[in-house]
Amino acid sequence: MFVGGAFVRSESGRYTQVRDHGGAGAVENIPRASRKDGRDAVLAAAGALGGWSARAAYNRGQILYRLAEMLEARRAELAASLERGGLEAGAAEREVLSAIDRAVAYAGWADKYQSLFASLNPVSGPHFTFTVPEPMGVVVIAAPPRPALLGLAGALLPVITAGNTCVVLASEVDPRTALVFGEALATSDLPGGVVNVLTGQLAEVLPHLAAHMDVAALDLHGVDAALAKRLEEAAAASVKRVRARSLGEAEWFDDRAATSPRWIERFVEMKTIWHPAGP
Amino acid sequence: MSDNSTAAAGGDGGTPRDASAARDATAARDAAVVFGDAWRYAPAPEGRDHVKIAPRYDLFIGGAWRAPASGRYLDSISPSTEEKLCEFAEASEQDVDLAVQAARAAYEKHWSRMRPLDRGKYIYRIARALQEKARELAVVESLDGGKPIKESRDVDLPLAAAHFFYHAGWADKLEHAFPGRDPRPLGVAGQVIPWNFPLLMAAWKLAPALAAGNTCVLKPAETTPLTALLLAKIIEEADLPPGVVNVVTGAGATGAAVVGHPGVDKVAFTGSTEVGKRIQRALAGTGKRLTLELGGKAANIVFEDAPLDQAVEGIIGGIFFNQGHVCCAGSRLLVEESVHDALLFKLRERMATLRVGDPLDKNTDVGAINSRAQLAKIEELVAAGEREGAARFSVSCALPQRGYWFAPTLFTGVAQSHRIAREEIFGPVLSILTFRTPDEAIEKANNTMYGLSAGVWTGKGSKSFWVAQRLRAGVVWANTFNKFDPSAPFGGYKESGFGREGGRQGLLAYLEVD
Repeated sequence: MFVGGAFVRSESGRYTQVRDHGGAGAVENIPRASRKDGRDAVLAAAGALGGWSARAAYNRGQILYRLAEMLEARRAELAASLERGGLEAGAAEREVLSAIDRAVAYAGWADKYQSLFASLNPVSGPHFTFTVPEPMGVVVIAAPPRPALLGLAGALLPVITAGNTCVVLASEVDPRTALVFGEALATSDLPGGVVNVLTGQLAEVLPHLAAHMDVAALDLHGVDAALAKRLEEAAAASVKRVRARSLGEAEWFDDRAATSPRWIERFVEMKTIWHPAGP
Repeated sequence: MSDNSTAAAGGDGGTPRDASAARDATAARDAAVVFGDAWRYAPAPEGRDHVKIAPRYDLFIGGAWRAPASGRYLDSISPSTEEKLCEFAEASEQDVDLAVQAARAAYEKHWSRMRPLDRGKYIYRIARALQEKARELAVVESLDGGKPIKESRDVDLPLAAAHFFYHAGWADKLEHAFPGRDPRPLGVAGQVIPWNFPLLMAAWKLAPALAAGNTCVLKPAETTPLTALLLAKIIEEADLPPGVVNVVTGAGATGAAVVGHPGVDKVAFTGSTEVGKRIQRALAGTGKRLTLELGGKAANIVFEDAPLDQAVEGIIGGIFFNQGHVCCAGSRLLVEESVHDALLFKLRERMATLRVGDPLDKNTDVGAINSRAQLAKIEELVAAGEREGAARFSVSCALPQRGYWFAPTLFTGVAQSHRIAREEIFGPVLSILTFRTPDEAIEKANNTMYGLSAGVWTGKGSKSFWVAQRLRAGVVWANTFNKFDPSAPFGGYKESGFGREGGRQGLLAYLEVD
C-alpha cells in the first residue's frame, strides 16, 4: 500500500490473494488494510494538508501534470495490470489513455477553478466582500470497483486538485492496478501523504474512517446501499461532508462530464471575507 | 477619534504608547462618571396600535388555513412580559403529510412548469409586501422574540426583504449561474428554522428555494412562530399558487416529521449542532439533499495595532447584538496581550452604556432572552465559568421584574479548556482570552469544532488578509462584524454545518446541477 509517500505492508500482516484472470494465472499477495492502517493513512494525509493546500495553484498544476507524465511512462505496466485483472488488451489500453487524459485535464484546472467558484459580492453598504473556495481537508475516497484505474484516478484527481489530501480505498475487484498507480504517484512530484492508497476490504476499513474526527469528507463511489447508510450515519458525528455517486463504467469514460468543474466544487468550502471600504 | 490615536494604545512601560493608553483610560473614566448614572432616558415605546395579532393561528397548508388534525394548540409567550400573545397550531405527522402533499402537487402542477420570469414576479411581490408591512412585522418580531425594536426594524426586516428581492431576480437566470450545467430544481424542500431570527431565517430559506423552482414546507420555532405566520398571510395575499409555500407550526416533533417525511427531497436546517447531527444521521441512506447551518463559537481577534475604539464597537455588536442569540456571535474575544488592559477598560465602559429592557423601546440595546429554557442554559454556563475560575463582570442594571433577562456579561482569565470558551452559550456573554503572536492567535481561533465565523481587527491590511486566509471559518469579518447581505454567501466549516446561503453559491443548495 502507498501511505505517506512510502510503500508499506499492512501492520496487521494480513493479505488477500489476487489471481490473474482466467484461473490458472499467477497469484499475488495484496496487503489487507486494518483499522490501524486507516488511522496511519489519515495521519499522513493530515500531515500533508498544510503544505499541499498552501502551495501556489500554478505549482499544484505542474505537479499534477508531472503525474500525467509518470502515468504515460507506465502505460505498458498499467495496461498489463488491467489485463491481468480481466480486461481485453484494447479495453485496458483505452482505460490507461483515459486516465492519462484525466490527469492532464485536472492539471489544467488547478489554477482555474478558483476564478469560476469565487465571487465578488455586491453587498449593500460600504464593504468590500468576496467569496473564495478553500480545501475541505482530508477526504476519504472509496474508489469504484470498475474501472479500476480510471475510477481511482478520476475520483482522486478532483479532490487533490481542490487542495485536499486523501486516503483512497482501492477497488476490491482489481487492487493490484491501484498499487501500480501508486508507483506513478511515488515518482511524480506529489509530496508524500497527499494521496494514500489502501487495499483491503472496504466494509472493514471505511466505517472507522467515516467516524474519524480528522476526516473532513467522504467520497463514495459504487458503495452498496447498506454500507453507504452506515457510513453516512457515522459521518454525522462530526458533520462530515458526504458525497456519494454511482456512475456506470461507461460514464467514467465521458471526459466532458468527468472533468466538469462541478467535480471539484464538491470538495471545496466557501469562505466569505468582509472588509470595510472607505476613504 | 482617528485610528492613529487608538492604534498605538498599549505597549511597553515608559513609551509614548503607554502615555497614550493612560490618556485613553483617563478619558474613559471621566466619561463613565456621567454616562448612564447621571440621567435616564425618557421611555420611547414603539406603538402597538397598528399591529393585529389574532387570538389563534391555524396551519397554512395548500393555500388555506386549516386547524391541526390533533386539535392541539400551543401558546406563544412574549419573553419580555410573559404575556400570552396568541395560540398557534401544533402540527402532527398527519398535518405535515398534508403539507408535503400540497407542496408536491404545487410543484408538479404549477411552480416547476411556470415561466421562470413569472416565478420571479411572485417573489418580487413578496419582497414588496414585506417592505409595506415592515413596521407591523418588526413590532411582532420584537414582541414574540424579545429582540430590540431597533434591530428588528433596522436589520431583520430590511434584510428579509432584501433576500426576496435578490433571489427573485435569479429565478429566470439559473442557467447563467451554472453555465453549461443544466440546473434543475429538487422538488419539495422541508425547512426548519430557529427562534433567533424568525422572519429573516424564513426569508433565507424560502427565497432561494422558490427562485430555484422548489416548493416549501416551512417549520418555524415553537417560541417564535408569529412572523412566519404573518409571512404566510403575505404569501396568501401575493396569490402564490396554493401549496407552493406551506407553514406548519409546532415543536420538535413537528420538525422531525418535516425532516423525516419521505416526500421531502431536500432538507434545510438552521439550529444547534446537536440537532443538526441528529438530522444528518436520520437522513443517512435516504438520498435526500441536506444543508445545515449550525452553531458557532467565533473568535474575534484584536491585534495591538487595531483601531481600538472601532474594535470595541465591533466586539459589543458581535456579542450583544440580539442578546447574543446569534450563531455567528463573536463570543471568544482573543486580545493581543499588550492591549488587553486598555481594551478591557474601554469594553467595560462601553458595556455600562448598554440599555437593557423593553424590546419595544427604541432606545433599548439589549432585549429579553428568548425563552425561560434559554435563560436557564445561559445561567448554567455562566455558573460553570465562575466555578472554573474565570473572572466575571456583569453590568449593573435594573432588570424588569417579569420576563427573561440577563445582564451583559464578560469573563476574563478564560482558559481554552473552560466550558465558556468551548461551548456555545447563545447569550450576552463574552469570554476573553489573550495571545502574544499572530500564529498563536490563529491556533487558538481554530481550536474549536466550530467554524462558522471569525473576526479580525488590525490596522494593517496585509495582516488582516493573512489572518483571514488562515482562519477555518465560513465567514471572516475584518475590521467589522455581523454584516450580512443576500449576495454574500454565509455558512460554516467543520461542525458548524455545510452548504451556503446567499449568492450564487447558495443557490446550489436548491438545485441539481450536472
